[in-house]
Amino acid sequence: MASPHIAARPRTIIEKVWDNHIVSERPGAPALIYIDLHLVHEVTSPQAFAGLRERGLKVRRPDLTIATTDHSIPTHDRNLPIVDTIAAVQIEQLQKNCADFGIPLFGPHSDKQGIVHVIGPEQGFTQPGMTVVCGDSHTATHGAFGALAFGIGTSQVEHVLASGCLLQARSQTYEVRVEGALRPGVGAKDVILNLISRIGIGGGTGCVIEYSGSTIRSLSMEERMTVCNMSIEGGARAGLIAPDETTYEYLAGRPYAPKGAEWDKAVSLWRQLPTDEGAAYDKQIFIDAAALEPMITFGTNPGMGISVTAAVPDPDSLADPLERDSLSKALRYMDLPAGKPLLGHAVNVVFIGSCTNSRISDLRAAAALLKGRKVSPNVRLMVVPGSQIVKRQAQEEGLDRIFKDAGAEWREAGCSMCIAMNGDQLKPGEYSVSTSNRNFEGRQGKGGRTFLASPLTAAATAITGVVTDVRTMMN
Amino acid sequence: MEKITTFTSRVAPLPIDNIDTDQIIPARFLKTTSKIGLGDQLFCDWRYDANGNPNPDFLLNQPQGKAAQVLLAGDNFGCGSSREHAPWALTQYGFKAVISTSFADIFKGNSLKNALLPIVVPHDVSAKLFATLKAEPAATVTISLADQTVTLPDGSKVEFPIDPFYKDCLLEGVDELGYILKQEPAIAAYEASRPLTVNTLA
Repeated sequence: MASPHIAARPRTIIEKVWDNHIVSERPGAPALIYIDLHLVHEVTSPQAFAGLRERGLKVRRPDLTIATTDHSIPTHDRNLPIVDTIAAVQIEQLQKNCADFGIPLFGPHSDKQGIVHVIGPEQGFTQPGMTVVCGDSHTATHGAFGALAFGIGTSQVEHVLASGCLLQARSQTYEVRVEGALRPGVGAKDVILNLISRIGIGGGTGCVIEYSGSTIRSLSMEERMTVCNMSIEGGARAGLIAPDETTYEYLAGRPYAPKGAEWDKAVSLWRQLPTDEGAAYDKQIFIDAAALEPMITFGTNPGMGISVTAAVPDPDSLADPLERDSLSKALRYMDLPAGKPLLGHAVNVVFIGSCTNSRISDLRAAAALLKGRKVSPNVRLMVVPGSQIVKRQAQEEGLDRIFKDAGAEWREAGCSMCIAMNGDQLKPGEYSVSTSNRNFEGRQGKGGRTFLASPLTAAATAITGVVTDVRTMMN
Repeated sequence: MEKITTFTSRVAPLPIDNIDTDQIIPARFLKTTSKIGLGDQLFCDWRYDANGNPNPDFLLNQPQGKAAQVLLAGDNFGCGSSREHAPWALTQYGFKAVISTSFADIFKGNSLKNALLPIVVPHDVSAKLFATLKAEPAATVTISLADQTVTLPDGSKVEFPIDPFYKDCLLEGVDELGYILKQEPAIAAYEASRPLTVNTLA
């Protein structure tokens, strides 16, 4: 659909995917863009389906739509009833909506159920060059495949269900270039936490990020998903990585990926997606990967992050009064002194899971450290796989035994304590180290206090019971 | 959708940067299947103590907060989760506009679909308005969407930007989905021009 004058100048992958999906572009109005894949879950969809019913509308493309239950579903034995009647009603409503509107659903008892951003890639639904939406801000996860993936509100969920399209203004482009080799103990989660600590949680507002550079190229697909997942925590509308051999190797043979001649045709199209030589970005930032250390957050937004060995910043060092007040407020909530490192700070709970870090490689990394060790008696360690498929894979590899032998809880798949809607939550005043994506006040339970970190840092902390530099435990 | 007309109101100041949607409406209230009944839960964990009693120190429990249809907040308001429950809770409480130096993208989009005006003003205007409200809590502002102006308590006017499409929608009460569905021929033509990418029903 690209017009000749657009094709003539060098374009970023962000512009290429955008241009490929313009249905109409009228003066004085946002563009109408086509959506290739719509992921639906129980929390942000009921009011959208109600809207369709009120208007007597159908779902235009059930064949481009997939639903699952992840946010409010308990992670205990699925054969037990859901105690929370409000959550039970919401899950039943999704089942009814999917049945009424003909949408495929990986429901509570499906062997493919899982977190929406884990199952999309796992099944091969997510493919390079697609536009992907979901009523969830972590939809940028799918950008790891070179897809343009936006989190949307419930009104827009209704728009996409009804029309297959979204009204959206063109975004600015932001290149985040990461070069060099990551040092031992430093991973994808540390890269993204470091970026957000630099640009702040509003730094990417109005932008779509392209992550580029040798470090990004060297990451596995699961690590790329971790990076793209947290684009929203830097304020960006989306974040993506150009597809390459790593992408194609991951996708080949997935249940819903193209097969045979269709696959060859798709790959030849996907090879045209990477940013053209000489294409310009609206913003750029460079990160030296070799200088990175394991990261941890100390405050109440994901931009409040430091190296695990560094000291918590002092509000008195900030000139802007509102910024100073915000930091003071965060430290009051977290009950932390300024100017001291977090190392050695006791925690009550360690959570390994969420759409950021619940995939098999995350579980393998944590299990490698926990093998032959015990979780501190002062710590509750919860390990929540991202999907039933991840869970089965982990069990085939014996990871569940390692976790259980160490004293951890091994749960069913779901969002769990990342969003604390399903009964998995911190008690007021408790501290957690969590591999999830948000440390907002009360995010993991009212009054709970969250330190965000990588699966390695989480596992190390679970063993010692205090915030730990994982590098001191690695051979 | 309800049309937005010019209005004058007191202002509730929340001088905090990066107020995220988990604070506006905590996730535990997202288990509802309805859009309504969320106004009582707005800023729940700041507004009520552990026993569910109103926290007297919090703005919305004071006369100034209760009387206001305009919220004045710090930078990057509405960051975090995409939950549209945030503008639903704000409007059901009675807010018609939020003034800040910037808004998170998804929150801004959600607000425009729910007749809640996200008004961006420069830093100096925001700082001055916070200072005025400290001295005169009953001060009012007048907001005109048609003129794209906020009239400050001292009578001076500040212009604010808004996407012309959404301005028209809000002034005329245009239904956005209706607008999209009118483009059915273009949507069908687009679909016909390209191969199927994935089939979730397969």
